[in-house]
Amino acid sequence: MSSAVPNTNPQTDPIILVRGLTKTYHVGDVDVHALRGVDLNVQRGEFLSVIGPSGSGKSTLFHILGGLAPPSGGEVFIDGVDLRKLTENQRTELRQRKIGFVFQKYNLLPTLTARDNIALAQALGHADSRPSNFDEILQLLGIKHRLDHKPRALSGGEQQRVAIARALVNQPAILLADEPTGNLDTENSNAVLGILRDLNKRTGQTILMITHNPEAAAFADRTVTMRDGKCCD
Amino acid sequence: MINKLVIENLKHRWVRTLLAALVVGVQVMSILMLIGLSRGLLQESAQRARGSGADIFLKPDTQGTFSFSSGQLNQAFVPFVRKQPHVAQAVGVLSANVKLITTINGVDFPEFEKLSGGFHFQGGGPPSGPNDLVVDAAYARENGLHVGQTVMLLNHAWRLSGIVEGGVLGRLVVPLTTLQQLTGNATPPRISEILVKLDNPSLTSEEVTHFNELLKGNLQAISVGDFVAQFSVNNIPALQAFIAVITIMAVVVGFLVVFLSMYTAVVERTREIGILKALGAKPATVLDILVREAVLLAVAGCVLGIGLSYAARVLITAWMPASLAVINTPDWWPKAGAIALAGALLGAIYPGLKAARQDAIEALAYE
Repeated sequence: MSSAVPNTNPQTDPIILVRGLTKTYHVGDVDVHALRGVDLNVQRGEFLSVIGPSGSGKSTLFHILGGLAPPSGGEVFIDGVDLRKLTENQRTELRQRKIGFVFQKYNLLPTLTARDNIALAQALGHADSRPSNFDEILQLLGIKHRLDHKPRALSGGEQQRVAIARALVNQPAILLADEPTGNLDTENSNAVLGILRDLNKRTGQTILMITHNPEAAAFADRTVTMRDGKCCD
Repeated sequence: MINKLVIENLKHRWVRTLLAALVVGVQVMSILMLIGLSRGLLQESAQRARGSGADIFLKPDTQGTFSFSSGQLNQAFVPFVRKQPHVAQAVGVLSANVKLITTINGVDFPEFEKLSGGFHFQGGGPPSGPNDLVVDAAYARENGLHVGQTVMLLNHAWRLSGIVEGGVLGRLVVPLTTLQQLTGNATPPRISEILVKLDNPSLTSEEVTHFNELLKGNLQAISVGDFVAQFSVNNIPALQAFIAVITIMAVVVGFLVVFLSMYTAVVERTREIGILKALGAKPATVLDILVREAVLLAVAGCVLGIGLSYAARVLITAWMPASLAVINTPDWWPKAGAIALAGALLGAIYPGLKAARQDAIEALAYE
Protein backbone atom coordinates (compact mmCIF):
# COMPACT_ATOMS: atom_id res chain seq x y z
CA MET A 1 0.00 0.00 0.00
CA SER A 2 2.51 2.54 -1.10
CA SER A 3 0.18 4.48 -3.40
CA ALA A 4 0.12 7.68 -1.37
CA VAL A 5 -0.87 11.12 -2.64
CA PRO A 6 2.20 13.16 -3.44
CA ASN A 7 2.76 16.38 -1.47
CA THR A 8 0.06 15.71 1.10
CA ASN A 9 -0.23 16.55 4.75
CA PRO A 10 -1.80 13.63 6.59
CA GLN A 11 -2.91 15.86 9.46
CA THR A 12 -4.76 18.49 7.46
CA ASP A 13 -5.79 16.74 4.25
CA PRO A 14 -9.16 14.96 4.09
CA ILE A 15 -9.00 11.38 5.32
CA ILE A 16 -11.41 10.50 2.51
CA LEU A 17 -10.93 12.30 -0.78
CA VAL A 18 -13.17 11.35 -3.68
CA ARG A 19 -13.14 13.08 -7.08
CA GLY A 20 -15.30 12.13 -10.06
CA LEU A 21 -15.79 8.58 -8.76
CA THR A 22 -17.65 6.31 -11.15
CA LYS A 23 -18.63 2.69 -10.83
CA THR A 24 -20.16 0.66 -13.61
CA TYR A 25 -21.37 -2.90 -13.19
CA HIS A 26 -21.69 -5.15 -16.19
CA VAL A 27 -24.86 -7.21 -15.82
CA GLY A 28 -25.00 -9.48 -18.86
CA ASP A 29 -24.84 -7.13 -21.86
CA VAL A 30 -26.10 -4.19 -19.85
CA ASP A 31 -23.90 -1.60 -18.15
CA VAL A 32 -25.32 -0.37 -14.86
CA HIS A 33 -23.88 2.99 -13.80
CA ALA A 34 -24.08 2.82 -10.00
CA LEU A 35 -21.92 5.90 -9.42
CA ARG A 36 -21.80 8.71 -11.97
CA GLY A 37 -19.15 11.08 -10.67
CA VAL A 38 -19.12 11.38 -6.90
CA ASP A 39 -17.12 14.13 -5.19
CA LEU A 40 -16.67 13.89 -1.45
CA ASN A 41 -14.32 15.14 1.24
CA VAL A 42 -14.31 13.79 4.79
CA GLN A 43 -12.05 15.40 7.33
CA ARG A 44 -10.16 13.50 9.98
CA GLY A 45 -12.33 13.09 13.08
CA GLU A 46 -15.55 13.90 11.25
CA PHE A 47 -18.83 12.02 11.68
CA LEU A 48 -20.51 12.08 8.29
CA SER A 49 -23.76 10.51 7.23
CA VAL A 50 -24.61 9.71 3.65
CA ILE A 51 -28.32 9.62 3.05
CA GLY A 52 -30.32 8.74 -0.01
CA PRO A 53 -33.06 6.51 -1.36
CA SER A 54 -32.59 2.91 -2.45
CA GLY A 55 -30.59 2.66 -5.66
CA SER A 56 -28.94 6.03 -5.14
CA GLY A 57 -25.48 4.43 -4.97
CA LYS A 58 -24.92 4.61 -1.19
CA SER A 59 -23.95 0.97 -0.82
CA THR A 60 -21.69 1.06 -3.88
CA LEU A 61 -19.89 4.07 -2.40
CA PHE A 62 -19.62 2.15 0.91
CA HIS A 63 -18.10 -0.86 -0.84
CA ILE A 64 -15.55 1.23 -2.74
CA LEU A 65 -14.51 3.29 0.27
CA GLY A 66 -14.19 0.05 2.25
CA GLY A 67 -11.94 -1.50 -0.38
CA LEU A 68 -14.45 -4.25 -1.08
CA ALA A 69 -14.81 -3.22 -4.74
CA PRO A 70 -12.51 -1.31 -7.09
CA PRO A 71 -13.63 1.98 -8.61
CA SER A 72 -14.26 2.17 -12.37
CA GLY A 73 -13.04 5.74 -12.70
CA GLY A 74 -12.19 8.92 -10.81
CA GLU A 75 -9.98 9.35 -7.76
CA VAL A 76 -10.36 7.84 -4.30
CA PHE A 77 -7.85 8.43 -1.53
CA ILE A 78 -8.25 6.85 1.88
CA ASP A 79 -5.85 8.21 4.49
CA GLY A 80 -3.54 9.15 1.65
CA VAL A 81 -3.76 5.81 -0.20
CA ASP A 82 -4.88 5.87 -3.83
CA LEU A 83 -7.41 3.07 -4.14
CA ARG A 84 -7.26 2.98 -7.93
CA LYS A 85 -3.72 1.66 -7.83
CA LEU A 86 -4.33 -1.09 -5.31
CA THR A 87 -4.38 -4.76 -6.23
CA GLU A 88 -6.99 -7.00 -4.63
CA ASN A 89 -4.41 -8.11 -2.09
CA GLN A 90 -3.55 -4.52 -1.24
CA ARG A 91 -7.24 -3.67 -0.83
CA THR A 92 -7.44 -6.60 1.62
CA GLU A 93 -4.56 -5.09 3.58
CA LEU A 94 -6.34 -1.72 3.51
CA ARG A 95 -9.38 -3.38 5.09
CA GLN A 96 -7.17 -4.98 7.73
CA ARG A 97 -5.50 -1.75 8.81
CA LYS A 98 -7.51 1.30 7.88
CA ILE A 99 -11.18 0.33 7.73
CA GLY A 100 -13.62 -0.87 10.37
CA PHE A 101 -16.98 -2.13 9.16
CA VAL A 102 -20.34 -2.04 10.89
CA PHE A 103 -23.11 -3.72 8.91
CA GLN A 104 -26.88 -3.56 9.09
CA LYS A 105 -27.10 -7.29 9.89
CA TYR A 106 -24.26 -7.14 12.46
CA ASN A 107 -22.39 -9.92 10.60
CA LEU A 108 -20.86 -11.54 13.64
CA LEU A 109 -19.57 -15.07 13.18
CA PRO A 110 -22.22 -17.26 14.84
CA THR A 111 -19.82 -19.96 16.01
CA LEU A 112 -17.65 -17.59 18.05
CA THR A 113 -18.36 -15.69 21.24
CA ALA A 114 -18.43 -11.89 21.20
CA ARG A 115 -14.93 -11.89 22.69
CA ASP A 116 -13.66 -14.25 19.99
CA ASN A 117 -15.33 -12.27 17.22
CA ILE A 118 -13.33 -9.26 18.36
CA ALA A 119 -10.16 -11.33 18.77
CA LEU A 120 -10.52 -12.79 15.28
CA ALA A 121 -10.70 -9.32 13.74
CA GLN A 122 -7.56 -8.44 15.69
CA ALA A 123 -5.83 -11.61 14.45
CA LEU A 124 -6.81 -10.97 10.84
CA GLY A 125 -5.55 -7.40 11.19
CA HIS A 126 -2.22 -8.74 12.51
CA ALA A 127 -2.51 -6.28 15.39
CA ASP A 128 -0.26 -7.15 18.32
CA SER A 129 -2.14 -5.03 20.79
CA ARG A 130 -5.51 -3.38 21.20
CA PRO A 131 -6.01 0.38 21.41
CA SER A 132 -5.01 1.69 24.82
CA ASN A 133 -8.56 2.97 25.31
CA PHE A 134 -10.24 -0.26 24.18
CA ASP A 135 -11.44 -0.98 27.71
CA GLU A 136 -13.02 2.44 27.77
CA ILE A 137 -14.65 1.69 24.40
CA LEU A 138 -16.07 -1.58 25.74
CA GLN A 139 -17.33 0.31 28.77
CA LEU A 140 -18.95 2.87 26.53
CA LEU A 141 -20.52 0.12 24.44
CA GLY A 142 -21.83 -1.56 27.60
CA ILE A 143 -20.96 -5.11 26.49
CA LYS A 144 -18.17 -6.04 28.88
CA HIS A 145 -20.40 -8.47 30.74
CA ARG A 146 -21.71 -10.04 27.52
CA LEU A 147 -18.41 -10.87 25.85
CA ASP A 148 -18.53 -14.60 26.56
CA HIS A 149 -21.86 -15.08 24.85
CA LYS A 150 -22.37 -16.22 21.30
CA PRO A 151 -24.34 -13.93 18.95
CA ARG A 152 -27.51 -16.02 19.24
CA ALA A 153 -27.60 -15.23 22.97
CA LEU A 154 -27.31 -11.48 22.38
CA SER A 155 -30.02 -8.98 21.46
CA GLY A 156 -29.80 -7.08 18.19
CA GLY A 157 -28.55 -4.01 19.98
CA GLU A 158 -25.89 -5.98 21.82
CA GLN A 159 -24.77 -7.69 18.61
CA GLN A 160 -24.40 -4.33 16.90
CA ARG A 161 -22.38 -2.99 19.81
CA VAL A 162 -20.09 -6.04 19.60
CA ALA A 163 -19.78 -5.35 15.87
CA ILE A 164 -18.72 -1.79 16.68
CA ALA A 165 -16.11 -3.06 19.14
CA ARG A 166 -14.86 -5.49 16.49
CA ALA A 167 -14.63 -2.67 13.96
CA LEU A 168 -12.53 -0.56 16.34
CA VAL A 169 -10.13 -3.19 17.66
CA ASN A 170 -7.51 -2.51 14.99
CA GLN A 171 -7.68 1.27 15.41
CA PRO A 172 -9.00 1.91 11.90
CA ALA A 173 -8.60 5.28 10.25
CA ILE A 174 -12.26 5.17 9.27
CA LEU A 175 -15.30 3.45 10.69
CA LEU A 176 -17.73 2.66 7.89
CA ALA A 177 -21.26 1.91 9.02
CA ASP A 178 -23.87 0.68 6.55
CA GLU A 179 -27.39 1.19 7.92
CA PRO A 180 -26.19 0.29 11.44
CA THR A 181 -29.67 0.73 12.89
CA GLY A 182 -31.60 -0.86 10.04
CA ASN A 183 -32.42 -3.98 12.05
CA LEU A 184 -32.95 -2.31 15.42
CA ASP A 185 -35.96 -0.92 17.22
CA THR A 186 -36.08 2.77 18.07
CA GLU A 187 -34.62 2.41 21.55
CA ASN A 188 -31.67 0.33 20.41
CA SER A 189 -31.23 2.51 17.31
CA ASN A 190 -30.90 5.59 19.44
CA ALA A 191 -28.51 3.80 21.78
CA VAL A 192 -26.24 2.66 18.93
CA LEU A 193 -26.32 6.05 17.23
CA GLY A 194 -25.56 7.71 20.55
CA ILE A 195 -22.60 5.39 21.01
CA LEU A 196 -21.26 6.21 17.54
CA ARG A 197 -21.57 9.92 18.28
CA ASP A 198 -19.87 9.49 21.68
CA LEU A 199 -17.06 7.51 20.12
CA ASN A 200 -16.55 10.22 17.57
CA LYS A 201 -16.50 12.94 20.20
CA ARG A 202 -14.40 11.13 22.81
CA THR A 203 -11.86 9.38 20.60
CA GLY A 204 -11.93 11.45 17.42
CA GLN A 205 -12.82 8.38 15.40
CA THR A 206 -13.73 9.27 11.82
CA ILE A 207 -17.11 7.76 10.99
CA LEU A 208 -18.95 7.54 7.70
CA MET A 209 -22.47 6.23 8.10
CA ILE A 210 -24.76 5.19 5.27
CA THR A 211 -28.45 5.46 6.07
CA HIS A 212 -31.77 6.15 4.48
CA ASN A 213 -33.21 7.39 7.77
CA PRO A 214 -32.99 11.21 8.26
CA GLU A 215 -33.37 10.81 12.05
CA ALA A 216 -30.31 8.57 12.15
CA ALA A 217 -28.42 10.91 9.85
CA ALA A 218 -29.10 13.75 12.29
CA PHE A 219 -26.70 12.17 14.79
CA ALA A 220 -23.79 12.99 12.46
CA ASP A 221 -21.88 16.30 12.21
CA ARG A 222 -22.71 16.59 8.55
CA THR A 223 -25.00 14.89 6.09
CA VAL A 224 -24.56 14.47 2.36
CA THR A 225 -27.31 13.24 0.09
CA MET A 226 -26.92 10.84 -2.78
CA ARG A 227 -29.28 10.55 -5.71
CA ASP A 228 -28.89 8.70 -9.00
CA GLY A 229 -25.27 7.84 -8.36
CA LYS A 230 -24.18 11.35 -7.54
CA CYS A 231 -23.35 13.02 -4.27
CA CYS A 232 -24.48 16.54 -3.35
CA ASP A 233 -22.96 18.19 -0.27
CA MET B 1 -7.54 -17.66 16.80
CA ILE B 2 -7.93 -19.30 13.38
CA ASN B 3 -7.64 -22.72 15.05
CA LYS B 4 -10.40 -21.77 17.48
CA LEU B 5 -12.60 -20.71 14.57
CA VAL B 6 -11.90 -24.03 12.84
CA ILE B 7 -12.78 -26.05 15.94
CA GLU B 8 -15.90 -23.99 16.64
CA ASN B 9 -17.03 -24.43 13.04
CA LEU B 10 -16.68 -28.20 13.35
CA LYS B 11 -18.44 -28.21 16.72
CA HIS B 12 -21.25 -26.05 15.37
CA ARG B 13 -22.29 -28.78 12.89
CA TRP B 14 -21.27 -31.65 15.11
CA VAL B 15 -23.54 -34.28 13.55
CA ARG B 16 -22.11 -33.65 10.10
CA THR B 17 -18.62 -33.53 11.54
CA LEU B 18 -19.14 -36.80 13.38
CA LEU B 19 -20.59 -38.55 10.34
CA ALA B 20 -17.79 -37.33 8.07
CA ALA B 21 -15.16 -38.42 10.59
CA LEU B 22 -16.94 -41.76 11.01
CA VAL B 23 -16.90 -42.48 7.28
CA VAL B 24 -13.21 -41.57 7.10
CA GLY B 25 -12.73 -43.77 10.17
CA VAL B 26 -14.43 -46.73 8.53
CA GLN B 27 -12.03 -46.40 5.62
CA VAL B 28 -9.06 -46.30 7.97
CA MET B 29 -10.46 -49.32 9.78
CA SER B 30 -10.88 -51.16 6.46
CA ILE B 31 -7.23 -50.65 5.62
CA LEU B 32 -6.04 -51.64 9.10
CA MET B 33 -8.31 -54.69 9.17
CA LEU B 34 -7.18 -55.81 5.74
CA ILE B 35 -3.54 -55.60 6.75
CA GLY B 36 -4.28 -57.12 10.17
CA LEU B 37 -6.21 -60.01 8.67
CA SER B 38 -3.60 -60.67 6.00
CA ARG B 39 -0.81 -60.69 8.51
CA GLY B 40 -2.85 -62.64 11.04
CA LEU B 41 -3.68 -65.40 8.60
CA LEU B 42 -0.11 -65.56 7.31
CA GLN B 43 1.30 -65.54 10.83
CA GLU B 44 -1.03 -68.34 11.82
CA SER B 45 -0.05 -70.38 8.79
CA ALA B 46 3.61 -69.80 9.59
CA GLN B 47 3.02 -70.88 13.16
CA ARG B 48 1.34 -74.10 11.99
CA ALA B 49 4.18 -74.74 9.55
CA ARG B 50 6.69 -74.40 12.39
CA GLY B 51 4.46 -76.49 14.64
CA SER B 52 4.54 -79.44 12.27
CA GLY B 53 8.01 -80.33 13.56
CA ALA B 54 9.51 -80.62 10.05
CA ASP B 55 12.86 -79.16 9.03
CA ILE B 56 12.28 -79.23 5.28
CA PHE B 57 9.21 -79.08 3.02
CA LEU B 58 9.23 -80.81 -0.35
CA LYS B 59 6.75 -79.47 -2.84
CA PRO B 60 6.12 -80.06 -6.53
CA ASP B 61 8.70 -78.13 -8.51
CA THR B 62 6.06 -76.40 -10.61
CA GLN B 63 4.24 -74.51 -7.88
CA GLY B 64 5.26 -71.52 -5.85
CA THR B 65 5.55 -71.31 -2.10
CA PHE B 66 1.89 -70.41 -1.81
CA SER B 67 -0.45 -72.72 -3.66
CA PHE B 68 -3.95 -73.86 -2.96
CA SER B 69 -3.88 -76.69 -5.52
CA SER B 70 -3.72 -80.21 -4.19
CA GLY B 71 -2.63 -83.65 -5.20
CA GLN B 72 0.23 -82.86 -7.56
CA LEU B 73 2.81 -85.11 -6.05
CA ASN B 74 3.03 -88.89 -6.26
CA GLN B 75 3.00 -90.45 -2.80
CA ALA B 76 5.72 -92.90 -3.95
CA PHE B 77 8.24 -90.11 -3.31
CA VAL B 78 7.68 -90.47 0.45
CA PRO B 79 9.46 -93.83 0.96
CA PHE B 80 12.19 -92.65 -1.42
CA VAL B 81 12.79 -89.57 0.68
CA ARG B 82 12.76 -91.58 3.91
CA LYS B 83 15.71 -93.60 2.61
CA GLN B 84 17.89 -90.52 2.11
CA PRO B 85 20.75 -89.94 4.53
CA HIS B 86 20.00 -87.74 7.60
CA VAL B 87 16.23 -88.14 7.11
CA ALA B 88 14.71 -89.16 10.44
CA GLN B 89 11.12 -89.09 9.19
CA ALA B 90 9.17 -88.05 6.07
CA VAL B 91 5.39 -87.69 5.96
CA GLY B 92 3.11 -86.93 3.03
CA VAL B 93 0.36 -84.34 3.55
CA LEU B 94 -2.62 -83.77 1.30
CA SER B 95 -4.39 -80.42 1.64
CA ALA B 96 -7.84 -79.55 0.32
CA ASN B 97 -10.02 -76.49 0.67
CA VAL B 98 -13.26 -76.94 2.57
CA LYS B 99 -14.19 -73.28 2.82
CA LEU B 100 -12.82 -70.10 1.31
CA ILE B 101 -9.77 -69.92 3.55
CA THR B 102 -10.08 -73.15 5.56
CA THR B 103 -8.16 -76.22 4.49
CA ILE B 104 -8.37 -79.81 5.65
CA ASN B 105 -5.17 -81.85 5.90
CA GLY B 106 -4.83 -85.55 5.44
CA VAL B 107 -1.91 -87.38 7.08
CA ASP B 108 -0.97 -90.81 8.27
CA PHE B 109 -1.43 -90.11 11.97
CA PRO B 110 1.10 -92.60 13.44
CA GLU B 111 3.75 -91.48 10.95
CA PHE B 112 3.00 -87.79 11.59
CA GLU B 113 3.21 -88.29 15.35
CA LYS B 114 6.73 -89.67 14.90
CA LEU B 115 7.66 -86.48 13.04
CA SER B 116 5.91 -83.86 15.16
CA GLY B 117 5.88 -85.47 18.56
CA GLY B 118 2.12 -85.79 18.35
CA PHE B 119 -0.89 -83.59 18.92
CA HIS B 120 -1.80 -82.28 22.36
CA PHE B 121 -5.40 -83.32 22.85
CA GLN B 122 -7.75 -81.16 24.91
CA GLY B 123 -10.50 -83.69 24.45
CA GLY B 124 -10.90 -87.11 22.80
CA GLY B 125 -7.95 -88.69 21.00
CA PRO B 126 -6.43 -89.57 17.65
CA PRO B 127 -8.55 -91.08 14.87
CA SER B 128 -9.42 -94.72 15.37
CA GLY B 129 -11.17 -95.13 12.03
CA PRO B 130 -11.03 -93.79 8.45
CA ASN B 131 -13.88 -91.32 9.03
CA ASP B 132 -12.49 -89.73 12.16
CA LEU B 133 -11.66 -86.05 12.29
CA VAL B 134 -9.42 -84.02 14.56
CA VAL B 135 -9.95 -80.24 14.87
CA ASP B 136 -8.15 -77.57 16.82
CA ALA B 137 -9.70 -75.78 19.77
CA ALA B 138 -10.40 -72.51 17.90
CA TYR B 139 -12.31 -74.33 15.16
CA ALA B 140 -14.26 -76.35 17.72
CA ARG B 141 -15.15 -73.16 19.64
CA GLU B 142 -16.18 -71.23 16.55
CA ASN B 143 -18.40 -74.07 15.31
CA GLY B 144 -19.61 -75.27 18.69
CA LEU B 145 -18.21 -78.77 18.18
CA HIS B 146 -17.69 -81.46 20.78
CA VAL B 147 -16.01 -84.85 20.72
CA GLY B 148 -18.15 -87.61 19.24
CA GLN B 149 -20.19 -85.21 17.14
CA THR B 150 -20.75 -85.84 13.43
CA VAL B 151 -19.34 -83.10 11.20
CA MET B 152 -20.16 -82.71 7.51
CA LEU B 153 -17.17 -81.69 5.42
CA LEU B 154 -16.58 -82.33 1.70
CA ASN B 155 -20.07 -83.90 1.61
CA HIS B 156 -18.78 -86.55 3.99
CA ALA B 157 -19.86 -87.38 7.51
CA TRP B 158 -16.90 -87.33 9.92
CA ARG B 159 -16.85 -88.33 13.55
CA LEU B 160 -15.02 -85.80 15.68
CA SER B 161 -12.54 -88.02 17.53
CA GLY B 162 -10.46 -85.33 19.19
CA ILE B 163 -9.91 -81.62 19.83
CA VAL B 164 -6.28 -80.50 19.87
CA GLU B 165 -4.37 -77.36 20.76
CA GLY B 166 -3.81 -75.16 17.73
CA GLY B 167 -0.62 -74.42 15.89
CA VAL B 168 0.21 -77.89 14.53
CA LEU B 169 -0.21 -78.64 10.81
CA GLY B 170 -3.78 -77.33 10.38
CA ARG B 171 -7.18 -76.72 11.91
CA LEU B 172 -8.72 -79.87 10.43
CA VAL B 173 -6.79 -83.13 10.18
CA VAL B 174 -8.12 -86.45 8.86
CA PRO B 175 -6.66 -89.79 7.77
CA LEU B 176 -4.76 -89.37 4.50
CA THR B 177 -6.35 -92.25 2.59
CA THR B 178 -9.89 -91.07 3.23
CA LEU B 179 -9.09 -87.54 2.06
CA GLN B 180 -7.37 -88.92 -1.04
CA GLN B 181 -10.52 -90.90 -1.91
CA LEU B 182 -12.80 -87.92 -1.32
CA THR B 183 -10.69 -85.56 -3.44
CA GLY B 184 -9.92 -87.93 -6.33
CA ASN B 185 -6.29 -88.39 -5.36
CA ALA B 186 -6.42 -92.08 -4.49
CA THR B 187 -5.26 -93.70 -7.75
CA PRO B 188 -2.37 -93.36 -7.84
CA PRO B 189 -2.13 -91.91 -4.35
CA ARG B 190 -1.19 -88.26 -4.52
CA ILE B 191 -0.24 -85.73 -1.91
CA SER B 192 0.44 -81.96 -1.74
CA GLU B 193 3.79 -81.94 0.02
CA ILE B 194 6.24 -83.95 2.05
CA LEU B 195 7.36 -82.91 5.53
CA VAL B 196 10.90 -83.97 6.28
CA LYS B 197 12.52 -84.20 9.71
CA LEU B 198 16.29 -84.53 9.83
CA ASP B 199 18.32 -86.43 12.37
CA ASN B 200 20.49 -83.31 12.67
CA PRO B 201 18.64 -80.01 12.10
CA SER B 202 21.95 -78.14 11.76
CA LEU B 203 22.35 -79.84 8.38
CA THR B 204 19.13 -78.31 7.02
CA SER B 205 20.83 -75.98 4.59
CA GLU B 206 23.03 -78.71 3.11
CA GLU B 207 20.10 -81.12 2.91
CA VAL B 208 17.95 -78.54 1.09
CA THR B 209 20.72 -78.24 -1.50
CA HIS B 210 21.05 -82.01 -1.65
CA PHE B 211 17.30 -82.52 -2.20
CA ASN B 212 17.10 -79.81 -4.82
CA GLU B 213 19.86 -81.52 -6.81
CA LEU B 214 18.52 -85.02 -6.24
CA LEU B 215 14.87 -84.24 -7.05
CA LYS B 216 15.42 -81.52 -9.67
CA GLY B 217 12.41 -81.25 -12.01
CA ASN B 218 10.17 -83.19 -9.62
CA LEU B 219 10.34 -81.64 -6.18
CA GLN B 220 11.54 -78.40 -4.74
CA ALA B 221 13.01 -78.35 -1.23
CA ILE B 222 12.72 -75.39 1.09
CA SER B 223 13.71 -75.18 4.73
CA VAL B 224 10.91 -74.46 7.17
CA GLY B 225 12.79 -71.31 8.22
CA ASP B 226 12.86 -69.99 4.66
CA PHE B 227 9.29 -71.09 4.08
CA VAL B 228 8.05 -69.22 7.13
CA ALA B 229 10.10 -66.15 6.23
CA GLN B 230 8.15 -65.94 2.99
CA PHE B 231 4.87 -65.61 4.87
CA SER B 232 4.71 -61.89 4.20
CA VAL B 233 2.18 -59.67 2.48
CA ASN B 234 4.98 -58.55 0.16
CA ASN B 235 5.35 -62.07 -1.21
CA ILE B 236 1.74 -62.34 -2.34
CA PRO B 237 1.17 -60.17 -5.42
CA ALA B 238 -2.60 -60.71 -5.43
CA LEU B 239 -2.81 -59.50 -1.83
CA GLN B 240 -0.68 -56.47 -2.62
CA ALA B 241 -3.01 -55.62 -5.50
CA PHE B 242 -6.01 -56.04 -3.21
CA ILE B 243 -4.45 -53.72 -0.64
CA ALA B 244 -3.77 -51.19 -3.40
CA VAL B 245 -7.42 -51.33 -4.50
CA ILE B 246 -8.66 -50.86 -0.94
CA THR B 247 -6.23 -47.97 -0.48
CA ILE B 248 -7.45 -46.25 -3.64
CA MET B 249 -11.05 -46.80 -2.54
CA ALA B 250 -10.22 -45.28 0.84
CA VAL B 251 -8.74 -42.19 -0.81
CA VAL B 252 -11.75 -41.85 -3.13
CA VAL B 253 -14.31 -42.31 -0.35
CA GLY B 254 -12.38 -39.95 1.94
CA PHE B 255 -12.25 -37.42 -0.90
CA LEU B 256 -15.98 -37.69 -1.60
CA VAL B 257 -17.02 -37.47 2.05
CA VAL B 258 -14.81 -34.51 2.87
CA PHE B 259 -15.67 -32.87 -0.45
CA LEU B 260 -19.38 -33.14 0.28
CA SER B 261 -18.96 -31.98 3.86
CA MET B 262 -16.73 -29.04 2.93
CA TYR B 263 -18.81 -28.07 -0.08
CA THR B 264 -21.96 -27.97 2.03
CA ALA B 265 -20.10 -26.01 4.68
CA VAL B 266 -18.86 -23.46 2.15
CA VAL B 267 -22.35 -22.93 0.73
CA GLU B 268 -23.83 -22.69 4.22
CA ARG B 269 -21.15 -20.28 5.35
CA THR B 270 -21.14 -18.00 2.32
CA ARG B 271 -22.04 -14.97 4.42
CA GLU B 272 -19.42 -15.88 7.02
CA ILE B 273 -16.80 -16.07 4.30
CA GLY B 274 -17.90 -12.60 3.22
CA ILE B 275 -17.49 -11.39 6.81
CA LEU B 276 -13.99 -12.84 7.01
CA LYS B 277 -13.05 -11.17 3.75
CA ALA B 278 -14.47 -7.83 4.90
CA LEU B 279 -12.39 -8.16 8.06
CA GLY B 280 -9.28 -8.59 5.94
CA ALA B 281 -8.96 -12.32 5.40
CA LYS B 282 -6.99 -13.04 2.24
CA PRO B 283 -8.04 -15.87 -0.11
CA ALA B 284 -5.17 -17.95 1.28
CA THR B 285 -6.52 -17.45 4.80
CA VAL B 286 -9.99 -18.64 3.78
CA LEU B 287 -8.47 -21.67 2.02
CA ASP B 288 -6.31 -22.29 5.08
CA ILE B 289 -9.40 -22.42 7.32
CA LEU B 290 -11.08 -25.00 5.09
CA VAL B 291 -7.92 -27.08 4.80
CA ARG B 292 -7.48 -27.08 8.58
CA GLU B 293 -11.06 -28.30 8.98
CA ALA B 294 -10.39 -31.10 6.48
CA VAL B 295 -7.19 -32.06 8.28
CA LEU B 296 -9.03 -32.17 11.60
CA LEU B 297 -11.73 -34.36 10.05
CA ALA B 298 -9.03 -36.70 8.73
CA VAL B 299 -7.26 -36.82 12.10
CA ALA B 300 -10.54 -37.48 13.92
CA GLY B 301 -11.41 -40.12 11.33
CA CYS B 302 -8.01 -41.72 11.75
CA VAL B 303 -8.36 -41.92 15.54
CA LEU B 304 -11.88 -43.31 15.14
CA GLY B 305 -10.63 -45.80 12.55
CA ILE B 306 -7.88 -47.07 14.85
CA GLY B 307 -10.43 -47.45 17.65
CA LEU B 308 -12.84 -49.23 15.31
CA SER B 309 -10.10 -51.60 14.14
CA TYR B 310 -9.50 -52.62 17.76
CA ALA B 311 -13.22 -53.13 18.28
CA ALA B 312 -13.51 -55.15 15.07
CA ARG B 313 -10.56 -57.30 16.14
CA VAL B 314 -12.23 -58.06 19.46
CA LEU B 315 -15.47 -58.98 17.70
CA ILE B 316 -13.78 -61.15 15.07
CA THR B 317 -11.65 -62.93 17.65
CA ALA B 318 -14.77 -63.62 19.72
CA TRP B 319 -16.98 -64.75 16.84
CA MET B 320 -14.61 -66.35 14.34
CA PRO B 321 -11.42 -67.38 16.12
CA ALA B 322 -10.70 -70.14 13.62
CA SER B 323 -11.76 -68.54 10.35
CA LEU B 324 -10.13 -65.16 10.71
CA ALA B 325 -6.98 -64.36 12.61
CA VAL B 326 -6.40 -60.63 13.07
CA ILE B 327 -3.41 -58.89 14.57
CA ASN B 328 -2.95 -55.23 15.43
CA THR B 329 -0.88 -53.28 12.93
CA PRO B 330 0.34 -50.08 14.64
CA ASP B 331 3.09 -49.75 12.04
CA TRP B 332 0.30 -49.11 9.50
CA TRP B 333 -1.35 -46.31 11.53
CA PRO B 334 0.78 -43.58 9.91
CA LYS B 335 0.14 -45.03 6.44
CA ALA B 336 -3.61 -45.29 7.03
CA GLY B 337 -3.54 -41.77 8.46
CA ALA B 338 -1.68 -40.48 5.41
CA ILE B 339 -4.23 -42.14 3.14
CA ALA B 340 -7.12 -40.55 5.06
CA LEU B 341 -5.33 -37.20 4.99
CA ALA B 342 -4.72 -37.43 1.25
CA GLY B 343 -8.41 -38.08 0.63
CA ALA B 344 -9.45 -35.27 2.95
CA LEU B 345 -7.06 -32.74 1.42
CA LEU B 346 -8.18 -33.65 -2.09
CA GLY B 347 -11.77 -33.22 -0.92
CA ALA B 348 -11.04 -29.80 0.58
CA ILE B 349 -9.33 -28.30 -2.46
CA TYR B 350 -12.33 -27.42 -4.64
CA PRO B 351 -14.61 -26.17 -1.84
CA GLY B 352 -11.64 -24.29 -0.40
CA LEU B 353 -10.84 -22.59 -3.70
CA LYS B 354 -14.52 -21.81 -4.23
CA ALA B 355 -14.60 -20.14 -0.82
CA ALA B 356 -11.30 -18.33 -1.44
CA ARG B 357 -12.58 -16.93 -4.74
CA GLN B 358 -15.91 -15.85 -3.24
CA ASP B 359 -16.68 -12.20 -3.91
CA ALA B 360 -16.94 -10.43 -0.55
CA ILE B 361 -19.86 -8.19 -1.53
CA GLU B 362 -21.91 -11.06 -3.01
CA ALA B 363 -21.07 -13.23 -0.01
CA LEU B 364 -22.19 -10.54 2.42
CA ALA B 365 -25.48 -10.20 0.55
CA TYR B 366 -26.08 -13.99 0.69
CA GLU B 367 -29.22 -14.94 2.60
